[in-house]
Amino acid sequence: MTTHHITFTINGAQEEALVTSHITLLAFLRERLGLTGTKNGCATGECGACTVLLDGEPVNACLVLAAEIDGADVITIEGLAHDGELEPLQQAFIDHTGTQCGFCTPGILISARALLNRNPDPTEDDIKDALRGNLCRCTGYQRIINAVQDAAKAGG
Amino acid sequence: MPAPTDVNIPAPSTLAMPSPGLPPFDYLCPDDPDEVVALLLQHGRSARLLMGGTDLFVQMRDGALAPRVVIDVKRLPGMRELSFDPADGLHVGAAVNMNALAAAPAVQQFYPLLAQAVASVASYQLRTRATMGGNLCNGSPAADTAPAALVLDAQCVVWGPDGERTIPANNFFLGVRKTALQPGEFLTRMEFPVPPTGYAGRYIKLGRNAGGDLAIVGVAVLGYPETSAASGYRFRFALASVAPTPIRVPEAEALLAEQPITSGLLSQAALAAEDAATPINDLRGSARYRKAMVRNLTRRALDDVWNQLQAEG
Repeated sequence: MTTHHITFTINGAQEEALVTSHITLLAFLRERLGLTGTKNGCATGECGACTVLLDGEPVNACLVLAAEIDGADVITIEGLAHDGELEPLQQAFIDHTGTQCGFCTPGILISARALLNRNPDPTEDDIKDALRGNLCRCTGYQRIINAVQDAAKAGG
Repeated sequence: MPAPTDVNIPAPSTLAMPSPGLPPFDYLCPDDPDEVVALLLQHGRSARLLMGGTDLFVQMRDGALAPRVVIDVKRLPGMRELSFDPADGLHVGAAVNMNALAAAPAVQQFYPLLAQAVASVASYQLRTRATMGGNLCNGSPAADTAPAALVLDAQCVVWGPDGERTIPANNFFLGVRKTALQPGEFLTRMEFPVPPTGYAGRYIKLGRNAGGDLAIVGVAVLGYPETSAASGYRFRFALASVAPTPIRVPEAEALLAEQPITSGLLSQAALAAEDAATPINDLRGSARYRKAMVRNLTRRALDDVWNQLQAEG
């Protein structure tokens, strides 16, 4: 087991920490930084509940080592709202009831945010492709798709 | 500057459900390829290479692997570089992530078959980390990028105790999770020659769902005009998930080169692919089902490629 000194930005703030080699980014976020919005679902990269942005691209935090984020920029669900204001994508999920139990919602919002960052005007198929790695067992997905389409139309 | 926080994780009791951990290991990030070779030779089977980690960490979590040393090679020089030269073809660093690979303009323009194969892997966020190099080195019979590598005649460039050597993709897969890599060797890049003029290709993956499950059957077909062939065309076939390794189907390739191409001959080629498949029964499908699907999907991919060739010719 090795120990690593890492420097990184988390939701815009510069931080540093000592981490042991086998700690995942998911465990680091939840148990060290207290950022429990990122959920622990399958822990095998299939459900997408732990999706965060790593240098602007979505990753499954359960399959990244904390030691690997040295020098990186990490955005979690806690980093989407600013100054107490939800971002348009989050508001669209509320307006469309794109959430039920809510467990998958942080990961879906992060995947959707990444999609709109790289493609501000996605088709329905683009949205389905982008959210393929995020499982939701409640909503049936249609309301989620509607919410992302609406947020895109509003320039979100 | 704030002091680094405590190394130890707080007691799990502070959370209702602690995140599942990986077994302990040493994490090493060498910056010299020869250091990697030395580490591989020193630690042997108790060392594992890390690029995207999308297969390694899942296997470690499942208890299938417990390496003492994990060697991160993705930051080595060239490992994340992609370049295209009209004379020399496409060079892809082993650690180029799959999203970057599929989005590269040269891949979209000249190797769309490769982009199709990559896009069929899992999900977007998994592909942010997953690499084609890792996909090949895992040696899984179901590797989605392997059939594309086979029909595109890719070359695997490896670094090892004797420096660099090149292994054709067609000789790279030796068995289930067994590749031609020797002790101390690791994959540094894949080289794809310039594809044949006027070629068309198609990869079809059958999974249990459209959501990126592992392949039950994967079929890649590539065809191109070739005046030296009696039929006027040559085809290449590769199959995934239906034999101990990804395989080419030379019988089908010979068939379509030797006589004028008719609908009946396309069916015979699909049958030859079925005959070449030696699948197993597993939770994703029975051997019998897999063989039938090889025939159907080979015919479907072949029809598509043939129609593309006719439209262009």
